[in-house]
Amino acid sequence: MKAKLLLASLLATSATLLTAAPLSFDFKDPKGVNTAQFHLDAPLEAISGSGNGIAGTVSFDPANPAAVSGTITLDTASLNVPNDTMRSHLHGDNWLDVATYPTITFKAKSVSAATTTGATTKAEVTGDLTVKDVTKTVTIPVTLTYLPGKLADRTGGAMQGDLLVLRSAFSINRSDYHIMAGQNTDTVAEQIDLTFALAGAAAR
Amino acid sequence: MKSTRFLQLLSGTVLLAGFWTWLSTGAHLGWTQNQIRVTELDEITGIEAVRFVPGFVAGVDFLALALGATAAVAGLAWWLGRRTAQNAQA
Repeated sequence: MKAKLLLASLLATSATLLTAAPLSFDFKDPKGVNTAQFHLDAPLEAISGSGNGIAGTVSFDPANPAAVSGTITLDTASLNVPNDTMRSHLHGDNWLDVATYPTITFKAKSVSAATTTGATTKAEVTGDLTVKDVTKTVTIPVTLTYLPGKLADRTGGAMQGDLLVLRSAFSINRSDYHIMAGQNTDTVAEQIDLTFALAGAAAR
Repeated sequence: MKSTRFLQLLSGTVLLAGFWTWLSTGAHLGWTQNQIRVTELDEITGIEAVRFVPGFVAGVDFLALALGATAAVAGLAWWLGRRTAQNAQA
């Protein structure tokens, strides 16, 4: 009898530990909805574009949303604008130099000011942002929305699991990241506004 | 004389075609675009995905090119007409 109780207790403890374990969300979205957008002011027309080459893994514990960690990368070659000439400039040596620097990376290091309301957690995430050959520690506002069981809806029932949606909007200065530092300031703004809307999946 | 008339008509056609193209693709006041930004809402996640698809939107640079071509052809027509008149006088 004692052995049975002990076994039941062990199983219950294991189950608790398993459910409390952080989930690993893969942000390489097969549906390709993950979008990073950028915007720079310019005299005739603002330069706006986007990229869908998102990858990375985020560890998220639904029981402790503030303990989020992980890395998100953006394939710089996936960045696009509506004009071919502008795109070749953007990808070229002077601007992003995508041949030499194929990714932009954000690696989360710590989380602060986290508040959770229902399925949504808002937090300030501090991490290392690497653009070209520069890595700087930045703190960005992030909204995380945990969607348990929604992976099945997205895959037509082919996969079971959860979704995590990350949203963030922040600005960087291009000179801080060696993007035509101090050049063309009269034709292209120094500030780059970035917006991310990303969905990651944790299959079960 | 025939070639002058032809060039005058051509310059008018280039002007009208350029202006019509600019108007019909949305009278865009920015640069010419050869890819169009489209958005698609993912209902499960609420993410508005942004994609670029092939397309054409004439911008002010296209309009300027059409005006430049019009001016060049009209200028050529004027020069040709003047030369023809001078030759006739001589």
